Amino acid sequence: MAEYSALSLLKNALSGNRDWKPAWRKPAPKPSYDVIIVGGGGHGLATAYYLAAEHGITNVAVIEKSWLGSGNIGRNTTIVRSNYLLPDSIRFYDFSVKLWENLSHELNYNVMFSQRGVLNLAHNPGQADAYIRRGNAMRHGGGDALWLTREEIARKVPGLDLSGSARFPVVGGLLQQRAGTARHDAVAWGYARGADRRGVDLIENCEVTGFLRDGDRIVGVETSRGEIRARKVGLAVAGSTGRVLKLAGIDSFPIESHVLQAFVSEALKPFVDCVVTFGGGHLYMSQSDKGGLVFGGSLDYYNSYAQRGNLPTVEDVMSEICAMFPSVARLRLLRSWGGVMDMSMDGSPIITKGPLPGIYLNCGWCYGGFKATPASGFSFAHTIARDEPHAINAPYTLSRFERGAVIDETGHGPTPKLH
Amino acid sequence: MLISCPHCGPRDLAEFSYQGDATRIRPDPASTDAKAWYGYVYARPNPAGRHREFWQHAGGCRAHLLVVRDTLTHEIYEVTFARPLPGTGETA
Repeated sequence: MAEYSALSLLKNALSGNRDWKPAWRKPAPKPSYDVIIVGGGGHGLATAYYLAAEHGITNVAVIEKSWLGSGNIGRNTTIVRSNYLLPDSIRFYDFSVKLWENLSHELNYNVMFSQRGVLNLAHNPGQADAYIRRGNAMRHGGGDALWLTREEIARKVPGLDLSGSARFPVVGGLLQQRAGTARHDAVAWGYARGADRRGVDLIENCEVTGFLRDGDRIVGVETSRGEIRARKVGLAVAGSTGRVLKLAGIDSFPIESHVLQAFVSEALKPFVDCVVTFGGGHLYMSQSDKGGLVFGGSLDYYNSYAQRGNLPTVEDVMSEICAMFPSVARLRLLRSWGGVMDMSMDGSPIITKGPLPGIYLNCGWCYGGFKATPASGFSFAHTIARDEPHAINAPYTLSRFERGAVIDETGHGPTPKLH
Repeated sequence: MLISCPHCGPRDLAEFSYQGDATRIRPDPASTDAKAWYGYVYARPNPAGRHREFWQHAGGCRAHLLVVRDTLTHEIYEVTFARPLPGTGETA
């Protein structure tokens, strides 16, 4: 299998890059496994990796209908953060940031995790109070948060419109310094290679078309490449959760699928060295290592399984970034794209055993799934291996909706488009 | 995406506000059946395909509309008023 080092780079450069080995095998599916993970995205691959690395369960298949990492792991705006208010969220996402901090070493694969900081701009005293409260909650939970005044922000992010005449004048900002960005594809590839090396079969171009049952129990999947049996089937299919659960006979579930768009501009010289979010609307942006501004805003606000959005949202997002950084108004957009988000009813995920015997479910990431990838895989693997949740995902049950124990950061209630 | 408002004709998506799934039925307010309330408040069919949903022409005539739309292609099959207009007999 492929090894990457300065020496191997030099050797392959001299030999015309003809001798690189594939990073993982392309096995045909076996008739049965101990565990099948449906969904070869970040969360599915991370789950398979931690099943093998932490629990010694290596007779595992990851089944992906397309190619590995073809979904939201390659469509997000690469932001990693844990700037949450509620204790359950702080515990989970802070654990994730800790895994991120060691991920390149753990995988021996450079995921380019860059703790460049995430700065949330506040535009009025009420918003400033809410952000400071959140910062205090983060520090109370063991994380880091700093309140920056407008003068400090002016030194940190020189391009921002901080004038009093701005449409939404900036009064301050909450900075999480340990937050940042990562190279999103590399996360999928690193976990894939790590899982493959430990014996996990990564099976691409293999779509689940149904479930195999023994009485009430799910005992495997029917796929476009034949039947595959397993004692345990884990679903990590994000925006396709509704479609896959329908195959298992579950027609109604606390998830709606919505489309979220993201954008990248042409490359610029170094312009902004942290992630900045706009509180006058909803926008998050950073500059990639290639120089493009990577940014996104809100959902398109209607149910959708299409991986593309409409123009009113594009116009809205562009007007926001121009309000923040007037100097980018003449910048050209390089690309825009969409991904399908599994929007839950309280904005928090579901990582649990069930809802049917033999099935384990990981979904409801709204549009915050990328930063959660390591913790999601870690806790989902724990749940599958031990048949009980890890302490960090214990609150993320499916039954919390019926019990009224929702984990609703924004207080929007069961209106998924607003989470 | 253009939505053909029965009052105003085809208008841009930007004029409309999405109100969500139109298939849910509210239980009797006196009901204490937790399962029924869970079904109404939290559970969604979330289909990949035809979806019955409410929109409001918030930036236009302000009528509440019932729209049948494909969530895979964004094609709109049908737009009617969400409830009958007084005196017209036109129904959703």
